[in-house]
Amino acid sequence: MSAAARPAGWLAAFAALLAVLVAAFAVGKFPVAPGDLLRSLIGRFSAAGSGLPAAVDTVVWNIRLPRVAAGVVVGAVLAAAGAAYQGMFRNPLVSPDILGVSAGAGLGATLGIFLGLPLALVQGIAFIGGLLAVAVVWRIASLVQRHDPVLVLVLAGVALGALLGAGISLIKIISDPYTQLPTITFWLLGGLNAVTPNDLLATAPVMLAGLLPMALLRWRINLLSLADEEAAALGVDVGRLRLVLVAAATLSTAAAVSLAGIVGWIGLVVPHVARLLVGPDFSRLLPASLLLGAGFLVATDTLARTVAPIELPLGILTAVVGAPFFLWLLARVGRQT
Amino acid sequence: MSHVVEARDLAIGYPNRRVGAGISLGIGHGEALCLLGPNGSGKTTLFKTLLGLLPPLAGEVRVLDEPVADWSRAAFARKVGYVPQAHAGLFPFTVEDIVLMGRAARIERFAAPSRHDREIAADCLAALGVGHLRTRVYTEISGGERQLTLIARALAQEPALLVMDEPTASLDFGNQIRVLEHVGRLRGRGIAVLMSTHQPEHALRVADRIALLAPGRLAGLGAPAEVATPDALADLYGVDAAAIVASLPALSRLQPPEKHAS
Repeated sequence: MSAAARPAGWLAAFAALLAVLVAAFAVGKFPVAPGDLLRSLIGRFSAAGSGLPAAVDTVVWNIRLPRVAAGVVVGAVLAAAGAAYQGMFRNPLVSPDILGVSAGAGLGATLGIFLGLPLALVQGIAFIGGLLAVAVVWRIASLVQRHDPVLVLVLAGVALGALLGAGISLIKIISDPYTQLPTITFWLLGGLNAVTPNDLLATAPVMLAGLLPMALLRWRINLLSLADEEAAALGVDVGRLRLVLVAAATLSTAAAVSLAGIVGWIGLVVPHVARLLVGPDFSRLLPASLLLGAGFLVATDTLARTVAPIELPLGILTAVVGAPFFLWLLARVGRQT
Repeated sequence: MSHVVEARDLAIGYPNRRVGAGISLGIGHGEALCLLGPNGSGKTTLFKTLLGLLPPLAGEVRVLDEPVADWSRAAFARKVGYVPQAHAGLFPFTVEDIVLMGRAARIERFAAPSRHDREIAADCLAALGVGHLRTRVYTEISGGERQLTLIARALAQEPALLVMDEPTASLDFGNQIRVLEHVGRLRGRGIAVLMSTHQPEHALRVADRIALLAPGRLAGLGAPAEVATPDALADLYGVDAAAIVASLPALSRLQPPEKHAS
């Protein structure tokens, strides 16, 4: 990409995200015309008010805003964590839950729902479960010497993920099939329908805190895609840098999963698309992933609440949209090279 | 003479497997030292130990007269550059991106490369005659071009010593000659070079001194004419001295005739 094309590309990406956001606010069971959106926005910050029916302002600010804002943050965070993981694990097929964060959070949430705990507590247990799972994987991997540490980490993550998955399945079987099981299933497939402003205010700072190290280390992360010894010879403290990034990605992913459930595919597909657009340099890949991830999740969530009479779980739609797109992308890139 | 890197009575290997012991050698400023040794003699293990990537089992490595154990990775990388064997690479970084990674030890932790860093990267590529590769994608260039890119990356560290692991392996004839010419030129710029090679004629071409690494020990260290004798090489590689002479015509030009008459 030429230097001149870059600002235009970023501008186009911002414009596309804005268009998605406007659409997300406008469509739904209670459609709001884009003009009314603008009037509602102006009314929000003027003493005169919007002059719109109270129902319009309620839909825009109390119902759609938390949901769209959650979509922006969760999508951005999952895509950024996926981009960081694909680089540092030197594997373009890695997603942010490769080290077991989703499985740990899933087991925590499943257990919370099974025990009939209130939603806030379920989210708390999910968050802690995600962090614990990755901490255990990291500890196991650090006990194994004389192997490629990256490979050991991924294998430990896959193994623990399978174990936690077994726990989730067990709870699903013994849970009440009429009250608990649908809740569990819906949670495991992800969704933004239950997000309240308070949930968002509690989790968004954690997600953003996880993004901060990625943003600060945006250039240095590139060196982790080299072999460990090569990066070390270039002056990088590989073990410490990897630990910081795993902690950051885990923190933000666990918070995202505790808010929205397990939304698959975004962390895998979006970084790929971003890399095709801006190349592998994380300094550009990170902002591109943030923008695309936010846009993709908000768009998918808008579909989830509009295409069918019932609310569809997000995980189903991200897979239905993401997987064919991914395959198309693979085929297209394959032809070019 | 002060050394850039010095090994003192070094034992190398892994906790459960000792690869070599009693290794002492030093590399002076601007000197080219070539390491010859058969497969499995521990060349790579010795390099890893000298680079501080593997702790010595005994003895010590000193860089600029300070024990390497006291050096941070970044401080070390500002003095010693490492050129691995050219690899395929995974993500489609540009050649400039790859060379800029050589600046990591000179860039603040939270910063990205500056215009100054980019100028240095461009200069390093130009010095190796591959300035035109700057915007190319590393995964799409040839093996020889990749090797030169990795040398440029090590030069971007602005090191006093370059450690090169078989820089001519897997290169075609022309690229081998090109890389060796550049190694010779580095010496002219005051950069010391430590390189391993499987081809004694390459060592004879560029080395000020040659070290012979037999499995477990240093079998010789000194000027090419004294160390790389047909007998010593025959011992080292486990073949006939006559076969060595037949395969390496350059060797007979180097040796006084009476020396390999035996």
